[in-house]
Amino acid sequence: MGMTMTQKILAKHAGLDQVEAGQLIEARLDMVLGNDITAPVAITEFRKAGLTEIFHRDKIAIVLDHSVPCKDIKSAQLCAQARDFAREYHITHFYDVGQMGVEHALLPEKGLVAPGEAIIGADSHTCTYGALGAFSTGVGSTDMAAGMATGLAWFKVPPALKVTLKGRLRPFVSGKDVMLHLIGLIGVDGALYKSLEFTGEGVSALSMDDRFTISNMAIEAGGKNGIFPVDGVTRAYLDGRVDRPWESFEADPDAVYEREVVIDLNELKSTVALPHLPSNTRTVDQVAGTPIQQVIIGSCTNGRLEDMRQAAEVLKGRKVAPGVRCIVFPATQQIMLDAMRLGYVETFIQAGCAVSTPTCGPCLGGHMGVLSDGERAISTTNRNFVGRMGPVSSEIILASPSVAAASAVTGVVTDPATL
Amino acid sequence: MKVYKYGDNVDTDVIIPARHLNNPDPKALASHCMEDIDADFASTVEEGDIIVAGANFGCGSSREHAPVSIKACGVKCVIAASFARIFYRNSINIGFPIMECPEAAAEIQAGDKVSVDFATGVITDETLGKTWEAAPFPAFINGIIENGGLLKSLKARGIAK
Repeated sequence: MGMTMTQKILAKHAGLDQVEAGQLIEARLDMVLGNDITAPVAITEFRKAGLTEIFHRDKIAIVLDHSVPCKDIKSAQLCAQARDFAREYHITHFYDVGQMGVEHALLPEKGLVAPGEAIIGADSHTCTYGALGAFSTGVGSTDMAAGMATGLAWFKVPPALKVTLKGRLRPFVSGKDVMLHLIGLIGVDGALYKSLEFTGEGVSALSMDDRFTISNMAIEAGGKNGIFPVDGVTRAYLDGRVDRPWESFEADPDAVYEREVVIDLNELKSTVALPHLPSNTRTVDQVAGTPIQQVIIGSCTNGRLEDMRQAAEVLKGRKVAPGVRCIVFPATQQIMLDAMRLGYVETFIQAGCAVSTPTCGPCLGGHMGVLSDGERAISTTNRNFVGRMGPVSSEIILASPSVAAASAVTGVVTDPATL
Repeated sequence: MKVYKYGDNVDTDVIIPARHLNNPDPKALASHCMEDIDADFASTVEEGDIIVAGANFGCGSSREHAPVSIKACGVKCVIAASFARIFYRNSINIGFPIMECPEAAAEIQAGDKVSVDFATGVITDETLGKTWEAAPFPAFINGIIENGGLLKSLKARGIAK
Protein backbone atom coordinates (compact mmCIF):
# COMPACT_ATOMS: atom_id res chain seq x y z
CA MET A 1 0.00 0.00 0.00
CA GLY A 2 1.26 3.49 -0.83
CA MET A 3 2.34 5.91 1.87
CA THR A 4 1.89 9.64 2.40
CA MET A 5 4.79 12.04 3.00
CA THR A 6 4.18 11.80 6.75
CA GLN A 7 3.98 8.01 6.75
CA LYS A 8 7.26 7.73 4.81
CA ILE A 9 9.11 9.96 7.27
CA LEU A 10 7.69 8.03 10.23
CA ALA A 11 8.56 4.66 8.64
CA LYS A 12 12.13 5.78 8.06
CA HIS A 13 12.48 7.04 11.65
CA ALA A 14 11.00 3.82 13.02
CA GLY A 15 13.40 1.74 10.94
CA LEU A 16 10.54 0.17 8.98
CA ASP A 17 9.99 -0.23 5.25
CA GLN A 18 6.28 0.25 5.55
CA VAL A 19 3.82 1.69 8.04
CA GLU A 20 0.09 2.11 7.84
CA ALA A 21 -2.45 4.38 9.49
CA GLY A 22 -3.26 3.37 13.05
CA GLN A 23 0.01 1.49 13.61
CA LEU A 24 1.82 2.32 16.87
CA ILE A 25 5.51 2.98 16.36
CA GLU A 26 8.51 4.32 18.20
CA ALA A 27 10.39 6.84 16.10
CA ARG A 28 13.90 8.22 16.34
CA LEU A 29 13.92 12.00 16.82
CA ASP A 30 16.11 14.61 15.17
CA MET A 31 15.09 17.44 17.49
CA VAL A 32 13.32 17.80 20.84
CA LEU A 33 12.05 21.27 21.69
CA GLY A 34 10.68 22.97 24.78
CA ASN A 35 10.00 26.50 26.01
CA ASP A 36 9.95 28.31 29.33
CA ILE A 37 6.46 27.02 30.21
CA THR A 38 6.81 23.40 29.13
CA ALA A 39 10.54 22.67 29.59
CA PRO A 40 10.50 23.31 33.36
CA VAL A 41 7.72 20.71 33.76
CA ALA A 42 9.74 18.31 31.58
CA ILE A 43 12.88 18.97 33.62
CA THR A 44 11.01 18.37 36.88
CA GLU A 45 9.68 15.05 35.51
CA PHE A 46 13.14 14.15 34.14
CA ARG A 47 14.72 14.67 37.54
CA LYS A 48 11.82 13.10 39.47
CA ALA A 49 12.22 9.93 37.39
CA GLY A 50 15.87 9.82 38.40
CA LEU A 51 17.11 10.32 34.83
CA THR A 52 20.64 11.62 34.43
CA GLU A 53 21.47 11.25 30.73
CA ILE A 54 20.28 13.09 27.63
CA PHE A 55 20.42 11.46 24.21
CA HIS A 56 22.22 14.24 22.31
CA ARG A 57 23.15 17.76 23.38
CA ASP A 58 22.87 19.08 19.79
CA LYS A 59 19.37 17.67 19.28
CA ILE A 60 17.58 19.44 22.11
CA ALA A 61 16.42 23.03 21.79
CA ILE A 62 15.20 25.09 24.73
CA VAL A 63 13.83 28.50 23.84
CA LEU A 64 12.72 30.94 26.53
CA ASP A 65 10.00 32.76 24.62
CA HIS A 66 6.63 32.63 26.36
CA SER A 67 6.86 34.76 29.51
CA VAL A 68 10.03 36.62 28.60
CA PRO A 69 11.45 39.11 29.27
CA CYS A 70 10.12 37.66 32.52
CA LYS A 71 6.77 39.03 33.53
CA ASP A 72 6.85 38.04 37.21
CA ILE A 73 8.88 36.24 39.87
CA LYS A 74 7.40 32.81 39.18
CA SER A 75 8.15 33.09 35.46
CA ALA A 76 11.70 34.17 36.28
CA GLN A 77 12.08 31.07 38.47
CA LEU A 78 10.87 28.82 35.64
CA CYS A 79 13.35 30.43 33.24
CA ALA A 80 16.11 29.97 35.82
CA GLN A 81 15.24 26.28 36.10
CA ALA A 82 15.48 25.86 32.31
CA ARG A 83 18.70 27.88 32.19
CA ASP A 84 20.31 25.72 34.90
CA PHE A 85 19.36 22.51 33.11
CA ALA A 86 20.68 23.79 29.78
CA ARG A 87 23.98 24.68 31.44
CA GLU A 88 24.23 21.40 33.35
CA TYR A 89 23.64 19.29 30.23
CA HIS A 90 25.54 21.60 27.85
CA ILE A 91 22.49 21.98 25.62
CA THR A 92 23.84 23.50 22.41
CA HIS A 93 20.64 25.17 21.25
CA PHE A 94 19.59 27.12 24.30
CA TYR A 95 18.18 30.56 23.50
CA ASP A 96 17.80 33.18 26.20
CA VAL A 97 16.67 36.81 26.06
CA GLY A 98 18.78 38.67 23.52
CA GLN A 99 19.18 35.66 21.22
CA MET A 100 15.81 34.04 21.49
CA GLY A 101 12.86 34.48 19.21
CA VAL A 102 9.44 32.89 19.04
CA GLU A 103 10.49 29.24 18.87
CA HIS A 104 8.72 28.25 15.65
CA ALA A 105 10.19 31.20 13.78
CA LEU A 106 13.59 30.70 15.39
CA LEU A 107 14.25 27.00 14.75
CA PRO A 108 13.79 27.15 10.96
CA GLU A 109 15.71 30.46 10.80
CA LYS A 110 18.67 28.88 12.62
CA GLY A 111 18.61 25.82 10.37
CA LEU A 112 17.72 23.48 13.24
CA VAL A 113 14.97 21.71 11.29
CA ALA A 114 15.25 20.24 7.81
CA PRO A 115 13.15 18.21 5.35
CA GLY A 116 12.58 14.58 6.21
CA GLU A 117 13.45 15.06 9.86
CA ALA A 118 11.25 14.06 12.81
CA ILE A 119 10.78 16.71 15.46
CA ILE A 120 8.73 16.87 18.63
CA GLY A 121 8.19 19.99 20.64
CA ALA A 122 6.44 20.62 23.92
CA ASP A 123 4.41 23.31 22.24
CA SER A 124 1.36 22.64 20.12
CA HIS A 125 2.56 24.79 17.22
CA THR A 126 5.60 22.59 16.64
CA CYS A 127 3.69 21.43 13.56
CA THR A 128 5.07 24.58 11.87
CA TYR A 129 8.10 22.74 10.43
CA GLY A 130 5.91 20.68 8.14
CA ALA A 131 6.30 23.70 5.86
CA LEU A 132 9.85 22.46 5.24
CA GLY A 133 8.78 18.90 4.52
CA ALA A 134 9.62 17.66 8.01
CA PHE A 135 7.42 15.60 10.31
CA SER A 136 6.92 17.76 13.36
CA THR A 137 4.28 17.68 16.01
CA GLY A 138 3.38 19.13 19.37
CA VAL A 139 3.57 16.99 22.49
CA GLY A 140 3.50 17.51 26.24
CA SER A 141 6.23 17.91 28.80
CA THR A 142 6.51 14.22 29.69
CA ASP A 143 7.06 13.43 25.99
CA MET A 144 9.73 16.13 25.97
CA ALA A 145 11.42 14.59 29.01
CA ALA A 146 11.28 11.13 27.40
CA GLY A 147 12.55 12.55 24.11
CA MET A 148 15.46 14.30 25.82
CA ALA A 149 16.39 11.09 27.62
CA THR A 150 15.97 8.59 24.78
CA GLY A 151 15.72 10.43 21.45
CA LEU A 152 12.52 8.48 20.87
CA ALA A 153 8.78 9.16 20.85
CA TRP A 154 5.77 6.93 20.40
CA PHE A 155 3.30 7.75 17.65
CA LYS A 156 0.16 6.35 16.18
CA VAL A 157 0.77 6.59 12.42
CA PRO A 158 -1.83 9.11 11.25
CA PRO A 159 -4.31 8.68 8.43
CA ALA A 160 -4.23 11.62 6.05
CA LEU A 161 -6.34 14.43 4.74
CA LYS A 162 -5.14 15.70 1.36
CA VAL A 163 -5.39 19.43 0.70
CA THR A 164 -4.91 20.17 -2.99
CA LEU A 165 -4.06 23.80 -3.72
CA LYS A 166 -4.46 25.31 -7.15
CA GLY A 167 -4.07 28.77 -8.61
CA ARG A 168 -2.41 31.78 -7.00
CA LEU A 169 -3.36 34.09 -4.14
CA ARG A 170 -4.69 37.54 -5.01
CA PRO A 171 -3.25 40.76 -3.52
CA PHE A 172 -3.80 41.16 0.26
CA VAL A 173 -4.65 37.44 0.54
CA SER A 174 -2.06 35.30 2.34
CA GLY A 175 -1.28 31.92 3.86
CA LYS A 176 -3.29 32.92 6.94
CA ASP A 177 -6.40 33.28 4.81
CA VAL A 178 -5.78 29.86 3.23
CA MET A 179 -5.58 28.20 6.62
CA LEU A 180 -8.51 30.05 8.22
CA HIS A 181 -10.57 29.11 5.16
CA LEU A 182 -9.55 25.46 5.50
CA ILE A 183 -10.30 25.35 9.25
CA GLY A 184 -13.66 26.98 8.60
CA LEU A 185 -14.33 24.29 6.03
CA ILE A 186 -13.33 21.19 8.03
CA GLY A 187 -13.76 22.41 11.63
CA VAL A 188 -11.50 22.46 14.68
CA ASP A 189 -11.50 18.67 14.78
CA GLY A 190 -11.67 18.16 11.01
CA ALA A 191 -8.14 16.76 10.95
CA LEU A 192 -8.21 15.17 14.43
CA TYR A 193 -5.42 12.54 14.76
CA LYS A 194 -4.70 13.04 11.02
CA SER A 195 -1.90 14.53 8.97
CA LEU A 196 -2.75 17.40 6.64
CA GLU A 197 -0.86 16.79 3.40
CA PHE A 198 -0.67 19.91 1.23
CA THR A 199 -0.12 19.35 -2.45
CA GLY A 200 -1.04 20.61 -5.91
CA GLU A 201 0.30 23.14 -8.37
CA GLY A 202 -0.78 26.00 -6.09
CA VAL A 203 1.97 25.11 -3.60
CA SER A 204 4.73 26.49 -5.82
CA ALA A 205 3.18 29.97 -5.73
CA LEU A 206 3.18 30.06 -1.94
CA SER A 207 6.13 31.74 -0.23
CA MET A 208 8.00 29.97 2.55
CA ASP A 209 6.44 32.32 5.12
CA ASP A 210 2.95 31.51 3.82
CA ARG A 211 3.72 27.80 4.18
CA PHE A 212 4.98 28.27 7.76
CA THR A 213 1.72 30.03 8.64
CA ILE A 214 -0.36 27.25 7.08
CA SER A 215 1.53 24.37 8.74
CA ASN A 216 1.57 26.29 12.03
CA MET A 217 -2.22 26.18 12.30
CA ALA A 218 -2.64 22.47 11.43
CA ILE A 219 -3.25 21.94 15.16
CA GLU A 220 -6.17 24.36 15.00
CA ALA A 221 -7.91 21.79 12.81
CA GLY A 222 -6.94 19.08 15.30
CA GLY A 223 -4.17 17.83 13.02
CA LYS A 224 -1.12 15.91 14.12
CA ASN A 225 0.96 17.74 11.52
CA GLY A 226 0.64 19.71 8.30
CA ILE A 227 3.24 18.92 5.69
CA PHE A 228 4.32 20.42 2.36
CA PRO A 229 6.37 18.84 -0.40
CA VAL A 230 9.93 20.12 -0.84
CA ASP A 231 10.45 22.34 -3.90
CA GLY A 232 12.64 25.19 -5.14
CA VAL A 233 11.13 27.61 -2.63
CA THR A 234 12.07 25.24 0.22
CA ARG A 235 15.56 24.70 -1.14
CA ALA A 236 16.13 28.45 -1.50
CA TYR A 237 15.12 28.90 2.14
CA LEU A 238 17.39 26.07 3.34
CA ASP A 239 20.36 27.36 1.37
CA GLY A 240 22.82 28.87 3.82
CA ARG A 241 20.86 27.65 6.83
CA VAL A 242 21.12 23.85 6.74
CA ASP A 243 24.40 22.28 5.71
CA ARG A 244 23.81 18.74 6.99
CA PRO A 245 22.39 16.20 4.51
CA TRP A 246 18.61 15.95 4.40
CA GLU A 247 16.09 13.91 2.49
CA SER A 248 12.80 14.90 0.93
CA PHE A 249 9.88 12.49 0.74
CA GLU A 250 7.11 12.45 -1.84
CA ALA A 251 3.78 10.74 -1.38
CA ASP A 252 3.28 7.52 -3.34
CA PRO A 253 0.80 7.84 -6.20
CA ASP A 254 -1.37 5.22 -4.45
CA ALA A 255 -1.11 6.77 -0.99
CA VAL A 256 -4.40 6.55 0.90
CA TYR A 257 -6.27 9.68 1.99
CA GLU A 258 -9.41 9.66 4.11
CA ARG A 259 -10.59 12.81 2.43
CA GLU A 260 -9.50 15.35 -0.14
CA VAL A 261 -10.20 19.07 -0.02
CA VAL A 262 -9.46 21.26 -3.04
CA ILE A 263 -8.81 24.97 -2.51
CA ASP A 264 -8.66 27.36 -5.45
CA LEU A 265 -6.33 30.09 -4.23
CA ASN A 266 -7.65 32.52 -6.86
CA GLU A 267 -11.04 32.49 -5.24
CA LEU A 268 -9.94 33.09 -1.64
CA LYS A 269 -10.77 36.37 0.04
CA SER A 270 -9.26 37.81 3.20
CA THR A 271 -10.73 35.67 5.96
CA VAL A 272 -11.15 36.15 9.70
CA ALA A 273 -12.20 33.84 12.55
CA LEU A 274 -14.71 35.34 14.96
CA PRO A 275 -14.84 34.45 18.67
CA HIS A 276 -14.46 31.83 20.09
CA LEU A 277 -13.21 29.15 17.69
CA PRO A 278 -10.71 29.29 14.81
CA SER A 279 -13.35 27.55 12.69
CA ASN A 280 -15.86 30.37 13.14
CA THR A 281 -14.74 32.00 9.90
CA ARG A 282 -16.17 34.75 7.69
CA THR A 283 -14.71 36.61 4.76
CA VAL A 284 -13.61 40.01 5.96
CA ASP A 285 -16.24 41.86 3.92
CA GLN A 286 -18.97 39.99 5.85
CA VAL A 287 -17.87 41.45 9.20
CA ALA A 288 -16.24 44.74 8.15
CA GLY A 289 -17.08 47.54 10.59
CA THR A 290 -16.85 45.47 13.79
CA PRO A 291 -15.10 47.70 16.39
CA ILE A 292 -11.77 46.60 17.91
CA GLN A 293 -9.67 48.12 20.68
CA GLN A 294 -6.39 46.25 20.24
CA VAL A 295 -4.36 44.88 17.34
CA ILE A 296 -1.66 42.22 17.72
CA ILE A 297 0.67 41.64 14.78
CA GLY A 298 3.21 38.87 15.34
CA SER A 299 3.47 35.36 16.90
CA CYS A 300 4.66 31.98 15.63
CA THR A 301 1.83 32.18 13.11
CA ASN A 302 2.47 35.61 11.60
CA GLY A 303 5.61 37.21 13.03
CA ARG A 304 7.94 36.61 10.08
CA LEU A 305 9.49 39.15 7.74
CA GLU A 306 6.83 38.81 5.05
CA ASP A 307 4.15 39.38 7.71
CA MET A 308 6.00 42.51 8.80
CA ARG A 309 6.16 43.66 5.18
CA GLN A 310 2.44 43.13 4.64
CA ALA A 311 1.59 45.07 7.80
CA ALA A 312 4.06 47.84 6.95
CA GLU A 313 2.68 48.25 3.43
CA VAL A 314 -0.77 48.91 4.90
CA LEU A 315 0.48 51.16 7.70
CA LYS A 316 2.92 53.21 5.59
CA GLY A 317 1.92 56.88 5.75
CA ARG A 318 -1.14 56.05 7.87
CA LYS A 319 -1.94 56.31 11.56
CA VAL A 320 -3.37 53.88 14.07
CA ALA A 321 -6.91 55.03 14.86
CA PRO A 322 -7.50 56.92 18.12
CA GLY A 323 -8.57 54.53 20.86
CA VAL A 324 -6.77 51.59 19.28
CA ARG A 325 -3.57 50.00 20.62
CA CYS A 326 -1.50 48.29 17.95
CA ILE A 327 1.40 46.12 19.12
CA VAL A 328 3.85 44.60 16.64
CA PHE A 329 6.10 41.67 17.56
CA PRO A 330 8.74 40.69 15.01
CA ALA A 331 9.26 37.01 15.92
CA THR A 332 13.07 36.88 16.10
CA GLN A 333 16.01 39.22 16.55
CA GLN A 334 16.96 38.67 12.89
CA ILE A 335 13.44 39.54 11.74
CA MET A 336 13.62 42.67 13.90
CA LEU A 337 16.96 43.64 12.30
CA ASP A 338 15.61 43.00 8.80
CA ALA A 339 12.43 44.93 9.58
CA MET A 340 14.56 47.84 10.78
CA ARG A 341 16.80 47.74 7.72
CA LEU A 342 13.80 47.70 5.40
CA GLY A 343 12.15 50.61 7.22
CA TYR A 344 9.19 48.60 8.53
CA VAL A 345 9.94 49.35 12.18
CA GLU A 346 10.06 53.08 11.45
CA THR A 347 6.76 52.78 9.56
CA PHE A 348 5.17 51.03 12.57
CA ILE A 349 6.41 53.58 15.08
CA GLN A 350 5.48 56.55 12.86
CA ALA A 351 2.00 55.04 12.58
CA GLY A 352 1.68 54.89 16.35
CA CYS A 353 2.32 51.18 16.94
CA ALA A 354 4.27 49.76 19.87
CA VAL A 355 7.09 47.50 18.61
CA SER A 356 8.28 44.78 20.98
CA THR A 357 11.16 42.39 21.47
CA PRO A 358 10.09 38.84 20.54
CA THR A 359 7.70 37.12 22.95
CA CYS A 360 4.68 34.81 22.83
CA GLY A 361 3.20 36.90 25.67
CA PRO A 362 0.06 38.45 24.18
CA CYS A 363 -1.04 35.40 22.17
CA LEU A 364 -1.89 33.44 25.30
CA GLY A 365 -2.81 36.36 27.54
CA GLY A 366 0.49 36.09 29.36
CA HIS A 367 1.78 39.64 29.18
CA MET A 368 2.53 42.50 26.75
CA GLY A 369 -1.05 43.04 25.61
CA VAL A 370 -3.58 41.45 27.96
CA LEU A 371 -7.17 42.59 27.30
CA SER A 372 -9.66 44.07 29.76
CA ASP A 373 -13.34 43.23 30.30
CA GLY A 374 -15.37 43.24 27.13
CA GLU A 375 -12.48 44.34 24.93
CA ARG A 376 -12.03 42.96 21.45
CA ALA A 377 -8.73 42.41 19.68
CA ILE A 378 -7.96 41.59 16.09
CA SER A 379 -4.88 39.42 16.13
CA THR A 380 -2.60 37.59 13.71
CA THR A 381 -2.20 34.81 16.30
CA ASN A 382 -3.76 31.36 16.14
CA ARG A 383 -6.40 30.91 18.84
CA ASN A 384 -9.47 32.85 19.85
CA PHE A 385 -10.74 30.64 22.67
CA VAL A 386 -12.68 32.08 25.63
CA GLY A 387 -10.31 33.93 27.94
CA ARG A 388 -7.27 33.32 25.74
CA MET A 389 -6.05 36.94 25.81
CA GLY A 390 -7.81 38.29 28.87
CA PRO A 391 -10.99 37.88 30.93
CA VAL A 392 -13.76 35.57 29.69
CA SER A 393 -15.68 38.59 28.41
CA SER A 394 -12.86 39.63 26.07
CA GLU A 395 -12.86 38.59 22.43
CA ILE A 396 -10.32 37.81 19.73
CA ILE A 397 -10.78 37.95 15.98
CA LEU A 398 -8.06 36.06 14.09
CA ALA A 399 -6.81 37.66 10.88
CA SER A 400 -3.89 38.09 8.50
CA PRO A 401 -1.29 40.84 9.00
CA SER A 402 -2.84 42.93 6.19
CA VAL A 403 -6.32 42.76 7.69
CA ALA A 404 -5.01 43.40 11.21
CA ALA A 405 -3.03 46.44 10.02
CA ALA A 406 -5.97 47.83 8.05
CA SER A 407 -8.19 47.39 11.10
CA ALA A 408 -5.63 49.25 13.23
CA VAL A 409 -5.95 52.23 10.89
CA THR A 410 -9.75 52.40 11.02
CA GLY A 411 -10.53 50.98 14.46
CA VAL A 412 -12.96 48.51 12.95
CA VAL A 413 -12.49 45.22 11.08
CA THR A 414 -11.40 46.33 7.62
CA ASP A 415 -10.61 44.74 4.29
CA PRO A 416 -7.19 46.14 3.35
CA ALA A 417 -8.27 46.28 -0.30
CA THR A 418 -10.86 48.94 0.63
CA LEU A 419 -8.48 51.33 2.40
CA MET B 1 -19.00 10.14 42.66
CA LYS B 2 -20.65 12.78 40.57
CA VAL B 3 -20.42 13.84 36.97
CA TYR B 4 -19.50 17.23 35.59
CA LYS B 5 -20.70 17.59 32.02
CA TYR B 6 -19.37 19.92 29.33
CA GLY B 7 -19.88 20.37 25.58
CA ASP B 8 -17.63 20.04 22.53
CA ASN B 9 -14.17 21.60 22.09
CA VAL B 10 -13.33 22.16 25.75
CA ASP B 11 -9.93 23.78 25.17
CA THR B 12 -6.84 23.83 27.35
CA ASP B 13 -7.21 27.59 27.85
CA VAL B 14 -10.41 27.02 29.80
CA ILE B 15 -9.13 23.87 31.54
CA ILE B 16 -6.19 25.83 32.92
CA PRO B 17 -5.82 29.44 31.73
CA ALA B 18 -2.30 30.52 30.72
CA ARG B 19 -2.21 33.15 33.45
CA HIS B 20 -1.78 30.29 35.96
CA LEU B 21 1.00 28.45 34.11
CA ASN B 22 3.70 30.36 35.97
CA ASN B 23 3.16 27.98 38.89
CA PRO B 24 3.24 24.37 37.63
CA ASP B 25 2.71 22.86 41.09
CA PRO B 26 -0.17 20.38 40.58
CA LYS B 27 -2.09 21.62 43.65
CA ALA B 28 -1.82 25.23 42.51
CA LEU B 29 -3.02 24.25 39.04
CA ALA B 30 -5.89 22.25 40.54
CA SER B 31 -7.14 25.32 42.39
CA HIS B 32 -7.79 27.01 39.01
CA CYS B 33 -8.94 23.97 37.05
CA MET B 34 -11.84 24.69 34.63
CA GLU B 35 -11.98 28.24 36.00
CA ASP B 36 -12.97 29.93 32.73
CA ILE B 37 -15.72 27.45 31.81
CA ASP B 38 -17.04 26.52 35.27
CA ALA B 39 -16.10 28.88 38.10
CA ASP B 40 -17.50 26.46 40.73
CA PHE B 41 -15.63 23.37 39.56
CA ALA B 42 -12.44 23.67 41.62
CA SER B 43 -14.35 24.38 44.84
CA THR B 44 -16.93 21.60 44.46
CA VAL B 45 -15.01 18.74 42.80
CA GLU B 46 -14.33 15.73 45.00
CA GLU B 47 -12.05 12.70 44.83
CA GLY B 48 -13.47 10.18 42.38
CA ASP B 49 -15.67 12.58 40.38
CA ILE B 50 -15.85 12.19 36.62
CA ILE B 51 -15.79 14.71 33.76
CA VAL B 52 -17.94 13.89 30.74
CA ALA B 53 -17.62 15.99 27.59
CA GLY B 54 -18.28 16.09 23.88
CA ALA B 55 -15.89 15.99 20.94
CA ASN B 56 -12.30 17.24 20.82
CA PHE B 57 -11.80 17.54 24.59
CA GLY B 58 -8.53 19.29 25.46
CA CYS B 59 -7.99 21.01 22.14
CA GLY B 60 -5.47 23.82 21.81
CA SER B 61 -2.24 24.14 23.68
CA SER B 62 0.17 21.29 24.44
CA ARG B 63 0.23 22.26 28.10
CA GLU B 64 0.46 19.09 30.16
CA HIS B 65 -0.70 21.35 32.98
CA ALA B 66 -4.24 20.64 31.69
CA PRO B 67 -4.47 16.90 32.48
CA VAL B 68 -2.19 17.45 35.50
CA SER B 69 -4.67 19.98 36.94
CA ILE B 70 -7.64 17.67 36.36
CA LYS B 71 -5.80 14.71 37.88
CA ALA B 72 -4.70 16.80 40.87
CA CYS B 73 -8.36 17.69 41.53
CA GLY B 74 -8.94 14.01 42.24
CA VAL B 75 -10.97 13.46 39.08
CA LYS B 76 -11.08 9.73 38.38
CA CYS B 77 -11.27 9.96 34.60
CA VAL B 78 -12.53 11.96 31.65
CA ILE B 79 -15.06 10.36 29.33
CA ALA B 80 -15.45 12.18 26.01
CA ALA B 81 -16.76 11.64 22.51
CA SER B 82 -13.20 12.31 21.33
CA PHE B 83 -10.00 13.86 22.62
CA ALA B 84 -7.61 16.33 21.02
CA ARG B 85 -4.49 14.37 20.27
CA ILE B 86 -1.97 16.14 22.51
CA PHE B 87 -4.33 15.98 25.51
CA TYR B 88 -4.85 12.29 24.72
CA ARG B 89 -1.15 11.45 24.74
CA ASN B 90 -0.40 13.72 27.72
CA SER B 91 -3.04 11.88 29.76
CA ILE B 92 -1.56 8.52 28.85
CA ASN B 93 1.97 9.75 29.50
CA ILE B 94 1.11 10.94 33.03
CA GLY B 95 -0.93 7.82 33.74
CA PHE B 96 -4.30 9.60 33.87
CA PRO B 97 -7.21 7.49 32.56
CA ILE B 98 -9.34 8.79 29.71
CA MET B 99 -12.12 6.96 27.92
CA GLU B 100 -13.33 7.64 24.40
CA CYS B 101 -17.01 6.70 24.07
CA PRO B 102 -19.33 8.98 22.04
CA GLU B 103 -22.51 7.18 23.19
CA ALA B 104 -21.71 7.44 26.89
CA ALA B 105 -20.55 11.04 26.42
CA ALA B 106 -23.89 11.91 24.81
CA GLU B 107 -26.19 10.16 27.26
CA ILE B 108 -24.61 10.65 30.68
CA GLN B 109 -25.99 13.76 32.38
CA ALA B 110 -24.48 16.09 34.95
CA GLY B 111 -25.04 14.77 38.45
CA ASP B 112 -25.51 11.12 37.36
CA LYS B 113 -23.83 8.41 39.41
CA VAL B 114 -21.31 6.77 37.11
CA SER B 115 -18.77 4.01 37.64
CA VAL B 116 -15.99 2.91 35.32
CA ASP B 117 -13.97 -0.28 34.97
CA PHE B 118 -10.66 0.51 33.29
CA ALA B 119 -9.79 -3.15 32.77
CA THR B 120 -12.87 -3.85 30.68
CA GLY B 121 -13.64 -0.33 29.44
CA VAL B 122 -17.18 -0.67 30.79
CA ILE B 123 -18.89 2.58 31.80
CA THR B 124 -22.01 2.24 33.97
CA ASP B 125 -24.50 5.05 34.59
CA GLU B 126 -26.30 3.88 37.70
CA THR B 127 -28.79 6.75 37.51
CA LEU B 128 -29.87 5.84 33.98
CA GLY B 129 -29.29 2.12 34.46
CA LYS B 130 -27.22 1.94 31.26
CA THR B 131 -23.81 0.62 30.35
CA TRP B 132 -21.44 1.29 27.47
CA GLU B 133 -18.08 -0.05 26.44
CA ALA B 134 -15.23 2.32 25.56
CA ALA B 135 -12.68 1.21 22.98
CA PRO B 136 -9.83 -0.53 24.84
CA PHE B 137 -6.29 0.84 24.65
CA PRO B 138 -3.78 -1.09 22.55
CA ALA B 139 -1.28 -3.16 24.56
CA PHE B 140 1.52 -0.65 23.98
CA ILE B 141 -0.48 2.18 25.53
CA ASN B 142 -1.76 -0.04 28.33
CA GLY B 143 1.87 -0.77 29.12
CA ILE B 144 2.55 2.93 29.62
CA ILE B 145 -0.50 3.39 31.86
CA GLU B 146 0.18 0.25 33.89
CA ASN B 147 3.78 1.30 34.50
CA GLY B 148 2.50 4.60 35.93
CA GLY B 149 3.35 6.79 32.96
CA LEU B 150 5.80 7.12 30.07
CA LEU B 151 9.00 7.83 31.97
CA LYS B 152 8.53 4.93 34.36
CA SER B 153 7.72 2.64 31.46
CA LEU B 154 10.86 3.72 29.57
CA LYS B 155 12.92 3.15 32.70
CA ALA B 156 11.34 -0.25 33.21
CA ARG B 157 12.34 -1.12 29.65
CA GLY B 158 15.89 0.10 30.32
CA ILE B 159 15.73 2.68 27.52
CA ALA B 160 15.83 5.85 29.65
CA LYS B 161 18.77 6.29 32.02
